[in-house]
Amino acid sequence: MKDERTPQVPTEEGRSQSPWDAGEPALTTRGTPPAPPVAAREGDQIHPSPETAVGEGDVRAEGETVQAGTSLWRDAWRRLLKNKLAVFGMVVVGVIIVAAAVGPAIIRAATGYTYDYIPPESELIRSFPPLTAPDGTFSWTHPMGTDSAGRDMLARVLLGGRISLMVGVISTIVSLIIGISYGATAGYLGGKVDDVMMRIVDVLYAIPYMMIVIVLLAFFGGQSPLGQLFLLFAALGAVSWLTMARIVRGQVMSLKNQEFVLAARATGVSTPKIIFRHLVPNALGPVIVYATLTIPSVMLQEAFLSFLGLGVQAPLASWGSLASEGIQNIAVFPWQLIFPGVTMALTLFSLNFLGDGLRDALDPQMRKF
Amino acid sequence: MIRFILRRLIVTVPMVLIVVTLTWGLIRLAPGNFYSDEKKLPAAIEKNIREKYGLDLPWYVQYGRVMKNIVRLDFGNSLKYETESVNDILRRTLPVSAALGICAYLLALAVGVTMGTLAALKQNSRLDYASMALSMLGISLPNFVLGPLLVLVFALSLYWLPPARWGGFPSWNLVLPVLTLSAVYMAYIARLTRSGMLEVLRSDYIRTARAKGLRERDVIVRHALRGGLLPVVSFTGPALALLVAGTVVVERIFAMPGLGNYFINANLNRDEPLIIGIVAFISITILIFNLLVDVAYAFLDPRIRY
Repeated sequence: MKDERTPQVPTEEGRSQSPWDAGEPALTTRGTPPAPPVAAREGDQIHPSPETAVGEGDVRAEGETVQAGTSLWRDAWRRLLKNKLAVFGMVVVGVIIVAAAVGPAIIRAATGYTYDYIPPESELIRSFPPLTAPDGTFSWTHPMGTDSAGRDMLARVLLGGRISLMVGVISTIVSLIIGISYGATAGYLGGKVDDVMMRIVDVLYAIPYMMIVIVLLAFFGGQSPLGQLFLLFAALGAVSWLTMARIVRGQVMSLKNQEFVLAARATGVSTPKIIFRHLVPNALGPVIVYATLTIPSVMLQEAFLSFLGLGVQAPLASWGSLASEGIQNIAVFPWQLIFPGVTMALTLFSLNFLGDGLRDALDPQMRKF
Repeated sequence: MIRFILRRLIVTVPMVLIVVTLTWGLIRLAPGNFYSDEKKLPAAIEKNIREKYGLDLPWYVQYGRVMKNIVRLDFGNSLKYETESVNDILRRTLPVSAALGICAYLLALAVGVTMGTLAALKQNSRLDYASMALSMLGISLPNFVLGPLLVLVFALSLYWLPPARWGGFPSWNLVLPVLTLSAVYMAYIARLTRSGMLEVLRSDYIRTARAKGLRERDVIVRHALRGGLLPVVSFTGPALALLVAGTVVVERIFAMPGLGNYFINANLNRDEPLIIGIVAFISITILIFNLLVDVAYAFLDPRIRY
């Protein structure tokens, strides 16, 4: 595979400087970077250790590009577009998001069906195969068929997508908030505090937290569908921040000895402000990558819980709960499982490819060859 | 090394206690109780029930009882299955779950390592892309979708394999559940092996081995795999926790009388002793396995010293 790492190039001072050394924007053959805000002195120890040395996104460079330059972000975007699988993932995810957002309204306007509309006919079997009308002839009314109660499957799959995506995104945001605060604090303060905080993370890693989440949902859930949804956000967010905390800590540790932090400290900026205004924005690249990969894993966990009947509750639906309903009738009405299941697998597939592509684009050094 | 193992074993004890305390606290804080569903019980009966199960005692006495049970590894009687103790249930259900989990992990190891190694050796070939796309599919396809699809094809359409139920250890009933359970691990292990092998294959000691004139097979099997499999070994710890969640789903799909199935039912029945027994048992197992993984790591990678 083509090696897209930037070769060592001399800067104005004639020194050799790798673009990842100081968190400066990448100097590539496609353009020159703006003047670095803080120049490194001879002999400065600014080489991050190999495991923490990932491409640091320089958000400062965004607004102040001198030439039609290539900020790290724009560079990453270009690399991402070259990756066919990642583009495929992006397109599919985009289509599914749009479909989940506007689809139910369109279906309602076109056929009059909503996710919870049960047609009043009194026939015994109401689950029609895809593209079939009640009398067995071809019809566009139900492109994915209907479920056991006669509800339109497509409308339910789209609603399920809405909820599954929402759970994925919101729980990831919860885990981002916890993970970034925790990891950045541990990394910046260092020393004993860091030791204790990271040991706690180690301990939490070994805990079979899914069991505790099951206990939590089984005992506190079931009050109302919306309350259950909030419980899900909180529970899934609270258990998926560990890796995020580790990543952020590594980033912050490699950044905190740089001069912009020293400058901030010298001018009397408070510690929380240094952490959240100066360090965290500089560590965003890997965080975004990991967040993209957290979304599918959280969605999978939500589906797992909904499948067990502990997650999203009727009349709401998620892909997991739809699949769990579908399994009960698998021999007779396989489409009730296949459509939500395949839609979900396709979404996760695309999100994973997008996340991998983002990682390759943003952190060329983390690339798995 | 022995000091390291001892230290880790000592740390294990408070961790199990933390997990159990957390679980117990959640159960206690939850509204409602296990003995009345919807209808209100007469006060006298309720009082008797509370007395019988010790619910009228102060919370610290109850907590002390739970802790004593854990230390003695005897979790008392199930509230739902009244004739059986929790230990009986564990003894009955564990073989089912263990057979499932161990078979699935071994299958995943065999297939995953082979696939990953082949992909790494033929990097960027069609084989590489195919196996990586396949493993991405394995990661993205939830097991509760894969399982029923396998049933639909192999049991309900082709009639090759039984669709569900437990049929003793070596039996055809195990094939579909094991396949379903191992798909994700196969995928992860293939990816980990591939990236680990790619890294190792570029290292100096492989070049040395080749320069010595060793046969390519020996270079791969004796030298490269040993280093390339390290990521797979360290994945075993997290995999075990995932495996627990996986068996829950698979046992439910295939109606198998395993630990996971009982755990979910215990939660729905609010069967406190059974929940705590299973949580404690699984936590202990996972922690001991993590310790074994660390020890194995030290044997595989001579650079690691404890």
